[in-house]
Amino acid sequence: MVPLPAPLSRWFAAQAWALHPHQQAMLERASAASTLLIAPTGGGKTLAGFLPTLAELAQNPAPGLHTLYISPLKALTADIRRNLRRPIEGAGLAIRVEDRTGDTSATARKRQRADPPHILLTTPESLALLLSYEDAGKVFGGLQRVIVDELHALAESKRGDQLTLLLARLQSLSPGLRRAGLSATVEDPPALARFLAPGTQVLLADPGPDPDISMLETPQAPPWSGGGGRHAIPEILKQIKAHRTTLIFHNTRAQAELFFHDLWLSNDEGLPIGIHHGSLAREQREKVEAAMAEGRLRAVVCTGSLDLGIDWGDVDLVIQVGAPKNVKRLVQRIGRANHRYNAPSKALLVPANRFEVVECRAALDAVRDRTLDGEPRGPGSRDVLCLHILMTACAGPFDPDALYREIATAGPYHDISRLDFDRTLDFVATGGYALRAYDRWQRLKQTGPLWHLRDPRTAAVIRQNLGTIVDSEMMKVRLRGRGQPLGEVEESFASSLTPGDTFLMAGQIVRYEGLNELTVEVTRSAAKDPRVAVYSGTKFATSTLLADRILQIFQQEDWPGLPAHTAGWLALQRQVSRLPDRDSLLLESFPHEGREHLCIYGFAGRNAQQTLGLLVTKQMEEQGLDPLGFVATDYATLIWGLSPVTDPAPLFEVETLRQGLETWLSSNALMKRTFRNVAIVAGLIERSHHGRRKTGRQATFSSDILYDTLRRYDPGHLLLQITRDEAMRGLIDFSRIEGLLARTEGRIDLRRLDRVTPLSAPLFLEPSKVPIEGQAREKLADAAAKALMQAAGLV
Amino acid sequence: MHFALTLGPETLHALPSGALHWPARRLLAVSDLHLGKSARLARRAGALLPPYETRATLERLDADIAATAPATVICLGDSFDDLAAADSLDEGDALWLTRLMAGREWIWVEGNHDPGPLSLGGSHRAEVGFGALTFRHIADPAEMFEISGHYHPKARLAGQGKPCFLADARRLILPAYGAYTGGLWCEDPTLSGLMQPGALAILTGARARAIPMPR
Repeated sequence: MVPLPAPLSRWFAAQAWALHPHQQAMLERASAASTLLIAPTGGGKTLAGFLPTLAELAQNPAPGLHTLYISPLKALTADIRRNLRRPIEGAGLAIRVEDRTGDTSATARKRQRADPPHILLTTPESLALLLSYEDAGKVFGGLQRVIVDELHALAESKRGDQLTLLLARLQSLSPGLRRAGLSATVEDPPALARFLAPGTQVLLADPGPDPDISMLETPQAPPWSGGGGRHAIPEILKQIKAHRTTLIFHNTRAQAELFFHDLWLSNDEGLPIGIHHGSLAREQREKVEAAMAEGRLRAVVCTGSLDLGIDWGDVDLVIQVGAPKNVKRLVQRIGRANHRYNAPSKALLVPANRFEVVECRAALDAVRDRTLDGEPRGPGSRDVLCLHILMTACAGPFDPDALYREIATAGPYHDISRLDFDRTLDFVATGGYALRAYDRWQRLKQTGPLWHLRDPRTAAVIRQNLGTIVDSEMMKVRLRGRGQPLGEVEESFASSLTPGDTFLMAGQIVRYEGLNELTVEVTRSAAKDPRVAVYSGTKFATSTLLADRILQIFQQEDWPGLPAHTAGWLALQRQVSRLPDRDSLLLESFPHEGREHLCIYGFAGRNAQQTLGLLVTKQMEEQGLDPLGFVATDYATLIWGLSPVTDPAPLFEVETLRQGLETWLSSNALMKRTFRNVAIVAGLIERSHHGRRKTGRQATFSSDILYDTLRRYDPGHLLLQITRDEAMRGLIDFSRIEGLLARTEGRIDLRRLDRVTPLSAPLFLEPSKVPIEGQAREKLADAAAKALMQAAGLV
Repeated sequence: MHFALTLGPETLHALPSGALHWPARRLLAVSDLHLGKSARLARRAGALLPPYETRATLERLDADIAATAPATVICLGDSFDDLAAADSLDEGDALWLTRLMAGREWIWVEGNHDPGPLSLGGSHRAEVGFGALTFRHIADPAEMFEISGHYHPKARLAGQGKPCFLADARRLILPAYGAYTGGLWCEDPTLSGLMQPGALAILTGARARAIPMPR
């Protein structure tokens, strides 16, 4: 057993701390090239990651950077610095720890590069900046270890792609560098290990006891449709009273706001309850975080903004309102309760409607069986690679062969072909074929074997644009006549408001007064019901794992695990039609209120069902079936129109759907938006120029023009390909439609019924119906006009 | 598909686009183009309309001119959102407009948003008469056989609201031709007061459809 150096072990003994087995194991493996530690929340992961560093520096505190710690959150780096101070000062070690983030002052940054600390805490974006300077070799040449915290979260986005490229760079600068990744529970540890580095060893900590998790019973059955869980407020208040601190998670910010508003109206005892989500102003969030850390709040209504990070005091209950949509995220959220190792976390699920009751049951089963969902990670994004090449050029001339070899050591780019690399390099150098004539995109030049910046002065601008996170276009919301911002709303939401409209912001109803420059001005409103709160449309789709489990539950003979209201509903559906299963695609066709309806039970998730609605109605239009509109949920798409569908097979041919998709994609606002993000990440469009930040709208103007130009003159352009791939994976989610069609292999079961079925009924109550502007509207308008003219005696 | 109507002795076609075609005179009239609206809003309040409305409007006008080959085009006022909008028109859009004007008589009737003369060629008139018909921006209740714009009338049919023409035996009011222009519902007393009983609303859209004017 590798012992801790004496000062450290004395300090540990004085605290009466014993190392957890996985912490000891990290110490044992200190010399391994790359290790991935997977441990539940509260398992002392971060300390486990730092132990080898502390041990080595305790024995030999030579000057120079020894360990780099990378976390996805700025807030986390500050927290870790405080936490590390205790053992370092307690054991009397001469170890310097500093953090470096976007908030670090310019002088501190300069000093850090000249005289780096032993341990530097940073984020991927700040590391990218550090590596873009000419002296990166000097700063990182002696680096011994790199610790990546919350690796599972970073791996989910482009930030993870960038991170692995940065690690490859660091490894080239310091070949003896050892990597340690720290992660919460994930579905495929070997895949995450490959992501961190080839040959990474996985260390699995004891996952701890099963969580104490159940569905919240409410006397009032959940509504048939909608979200928010407001029916459960009395029971939730009881739970808040019965616990020290409760976190109440919602899936969207709008739902969190609506729920918080109603919770306050019922909070007769005035329990201290706060709200926390990504649209609130930073000052507002920090206030809630501080109150939370001091134990002054009994509950916080929140969204994914509290998924990661710091220990929030004494949370002893987590409530998830609305279907969890994704088991992995649910498990991580549950872990927020009882941040102590080896104590079960306590959590309650609150389904917001009948369908979600089944989904919550499926999620409970999945947590019990310890199965996690997750889509396999695709290859690394090419726009991030563009960014990385630019960054490399900022640091100095580079050899393309060496850079190619280096990039191929990064997990997500392991399989990149030389041809693809060369095309990417060509794009970075010249902007690609259609943009070759423009000076501003001529950025790299080859002299001999080495590539370098055409104009070294451009490095400063490139450095300002080195990130993979593209903010959506947000506008600040401010009370008229007062300084403090309340939060932010999306620009598209702001532009839909007219003076007098009311909406919820930071838990209060405000009245829209007007725009002032780029600020939304509001006043407090006495209105009881807000008009809307639809800012931030992050809607997660139900994962494949959960959808499959729901279909399994449907196949049970009876449903003892479900509340009686839901079991009765399913039984009735079985009696009048049937319940959907995995092996076939169930369609129900029925008339209702003078319209023909088609319900498609694809269980492919919200985004794919939405896409399916668009594509199928397009086919129906071509076949003269006169669709009028559709609505999609995670489970089904409901289409209404003038004629019944009798021969569904041609509507669901994968080739037909794909062709429809191509036509639709080419003229689509979604593609433009995706292109904007890709073009910003790839450095084609600048977010800021010499410190003056562009507004989202300015960037959109120029990106839209670029998109149209490229589509017309260079349809094979690299960025258009990336845009397409990304849109297909994200909001369009076509792969799940393909998965659905592959799974059912043409087995389509069309049931003709004489009325609405129990399972389809909730769909009629769904908001956000999509109208189809086609022949059906024309026919209806013709008939209406004719009837009116006849009634008036004008024909 | 147009809708044919008569005003005095003349037969006129209400086009689905919102333009008025007078085949016998080879004349096309459009009202309230409001070119440059988003640019004006951006100047005033930093507002957020997409910048395409000028192009969208010109595209439709181009198509109508191509289909009807008029010898005379009358823009019935409020063609530009304000005078600055005419001067700050995007170069490409200005060229496009010049191309549409070439080879035909082009008459700008003054509106309340663009009262003064414009720098774009064509002739500028407070109002203009052709035969028995008079074209002006704002309807004059005392006049007969008059064609005007200004009000941006709209009507609902089968659950959808659309810009519309309003027509009775004495006058015709054109819908706003520009994209993103708001409107006044037919039920508004201003419009009910102007139009006689038995007036028709002719809705724009995929085809022009007449209904009794909703009141």
